Amino acid sequence: MSVRLFVPCDAGALAVGADEVAHALHKAALERKVDVEIVRNGSRGLYWLEPLVELETAQGRFGFGPVTAEDVPSLLDAILADTSHKLSLGLTEEIPWLKRQTRLTFARCGIVDPLSLEDYRAHGGYKGLTRALTLSLDAVIAEVTTSGLRGRGGAGFPTGIKWKTVSQTAADRKYVICNADEGDSGTFADRMLMEGDPFVLIEGMTICGIAVGATKGYIYTRSEYPHAIATMTKAIDIARKAGLLGDKIAGSNYTFDLEVRTGAGAYVCGEETALMESLEGKRGIVRAKPPLPAHHGLFGKPTVVNNLLSFAAIPFILDEGAKAYADFGMGRSRGTMPIQIAGNVKFGGLFETAFGITLGELVDDIGGGTFTGRPVRAVQVGGPLGAYFPRALFDTPFDYEAFAAKEGLIGHGGIVVFDDTVDMSKQARFAMEFCAIESCGKCTPCRIGSTRGAETIDKIRRGERVSENIALVEDLCGTMKLGSLCALGGFTPYPVLSALKHFREDFGPQQPRLQAAE
Amino acid sequence: MTPVYESWDAARGAEIIAEHSQMEGATLPILHALQETFGYVPEDAIPMIASALNLSRAEVYGVFTFYHDFRAKKAGRHVLKLCRAEACQAAGGDALAARVEAKLGIAMGNTTADERVTLEPIYCLGLCATAPSAMLDGRLFGRLDEARIDALVSEAQR
Ligand SMILES: Cc1cc2nc3c(=O)[nH]c(=O)nc-3n(C[C@H](O)[C@H](O)[C@H](O)COP(=O)(O)O)c2cc1C
Ligand code: SF4
Ligand code: FES
Repeated sequence: MSVRLFVPCDAGALAVGADEVAHALHKAALERKVDVEIVRNGSRGLYWLEPLVELETAQGRFGFGPVTAEDVPSLLDAILADTSHKLSLGLTEEIPWLKRQTRLTFARCGIVDPLSLEDYRAHGGYKGLTRALTLSLDAVIAEVTTSGLRGRGGAGFPTGIKWKTVSQTAADRKYVICNADEGDSGTFADRMLMEGDPFVLIEGMTICGIAVGATKGYIYTRSEYPHAIATMTKAIDIARKAGLLGDKIAGSNYTFDLEVRTGAGAYVCGEETALMESLEGKRGIVRAKPPLPAHHGLFGKPTVVNNLLSFAAIPFILDEGAKAYADFGMGRSRGTMPIQIAGNVKFGGLFETAFGITLGELVDDIGGGTFTGRPVRAVQVGGPLGAYFPRALFDTPFDYEAFAAKEGLIGHGGIVVFDDTVDMSKQARFAMEFCAIESCGKCTPCRIGSTRGAETIDKIRRGERVSENIALVEDLCGTMKLGSLCALGGFTPYPVLSALKHFREDFGPQQPRLQAAE
Repeated sequence: MTPVYESWDAARGAEIIAEHSQMEGATLPILHALQETFGYVPEDAIPMIASALNLSRAEVYGVFTFYHDFRAKKAGRHVLKLCRAEACQAAGGDALAARVEAKLGIAMGNTTADERVTLEPIYCLGLCATAPSAMLDGRLFGRLDEARIDALVSEAQR
């Protein structure tokens, strides 16, 4: 009898022992003299169940998890004997956490072998490019505009408009850059896709390159993501060999090629102009805008810079049509958002869903509250520059405008959950400290203000002239908001001011605290 | 798995620089390649990069110092990076970091006196749903608790 199993090679699964499980499965199969094929897939995004082992059957895939190497002998015996096992989860697709999602961008992640083009094609891959090649370039861009897709990197700028600007700017050379710098704490969607479905990014960027007239694309990612870099690099190679990158892509007359570039531990290089400086081989210092990257970008050439998730939404939009995408969502936030639920949470992972779901549903219902079992006190949405939300704001729908109205942002879609042991003045201090560490140094309010901010919060925590120092921090935040060139200095006030506004009781002499979560 | 590095050799350095110097914006790829080979970026390499790329030494030095990743000297035998960002803080990362500092007798950003372990902060490994997390010599670890972090520290000390 031959058995086909799936064991993820996603970094999040590897970090909790997926390689050990795969190794133990090989060994157990040898001992039992059975033929076991182990496919290393991406992650389904149900991280509390990782390593999630799946068994292919005629009814679909059966899940088991979280599996440890010690569980493997009994698990394989149960699989071979077709009996139940304590880690059995039933059909993976029927797990409510997965079933409730709307997976457009992540449709294949965790299902396919990430480096199999055949798998990619069998699951709808390259249908978007095929259709794009039958349309005029303007029509391709019009599809993107009509879909309502807005940049998933944070600012929410309409993607189609950006592409149109680049397409209309004449130049001898144009570039497409995928911003896969994903520095926000609480986010991992870019990483998951690079590791679990790299061809979707290649296809999305290729469509963009053709549409705007660019011949070269860069994927700029972080050195913290070695597995993503390795998989992405291999996938590019495979696509090139298959004639899907390089000259005469897919038999057309278009040329487009891709290269992965690695950052070097600088958060600010996620800012698009600092990123381009870095790609040019310089210090990652933010450029003043205008000129816009669309006019004067990488090496002075017209450049599209989009977040990885923006590009990864493109194949679906071109394949199924703009309307199919725009039918999801609310208000001006169309389509789906791959939301990442993290931190002190029971059911953490990737939850792709239409815009409009409330924060409370995401945290309490889907996230299941904290893994420590203590009450949820605060959540930070949108990374280190995002606001802290108290429970009182849990009715806020996940939507760009609704979050802005509550003095927050959705950013790249990360939600970090904290229980009631959190000390919010400490979190506010960290926001300032992080800004100080990562500042590119161009603006004084960001470079110096952040250090002064951290010092002033320290004084508040020691009980020194508390109300006076709180007023000082608020004033400083105002200066940072107004006097910063980019959102690092300009948005650090969000976590600080939200902590002050919603958790004022934490700002004062330090009380003996509840035991911190272990 | 202890990473194995070559000791600095100017000819080998020149070879690595030449391999990458035709790339667009080659500075970072060269710095990465040198560090991968030698474990750090030797000071002697800076003027070599500058002349290969037709830049000033100051420019190359400026790039080298801007990025947190690049080292001016060799790290300890093992490098333990603990994630200090928010999702890991929420999951008890602060207490674990303090525990590791106490066990190793050094603060974040330092190397033990026996040069066995370098302890560094890292700001998010993208393992935020299995926090707190760490990286030991390029290997990833999530869902750390006291027992698991103690085991990692012992492994790093060997
Ligand atoms: C400090 C800072 C860090 C950023 N980091 C990222 C990042 O890691 N990934 C990203 O896509 N955008 C990041 N951005 C936003 C980018 O500047 C830019 O808006 C985005 O890449 C555009 O792509 P989009 O329109 O598809 O969102 C960052 C911005 C700032 C100010
Ligand atoms: S706000 Fe900070 S990071 Fe942004 S440009 Fe100014 S100094 Fe640089
Ligand atoms: S915050 Fe620690 S891995 Fe993301």
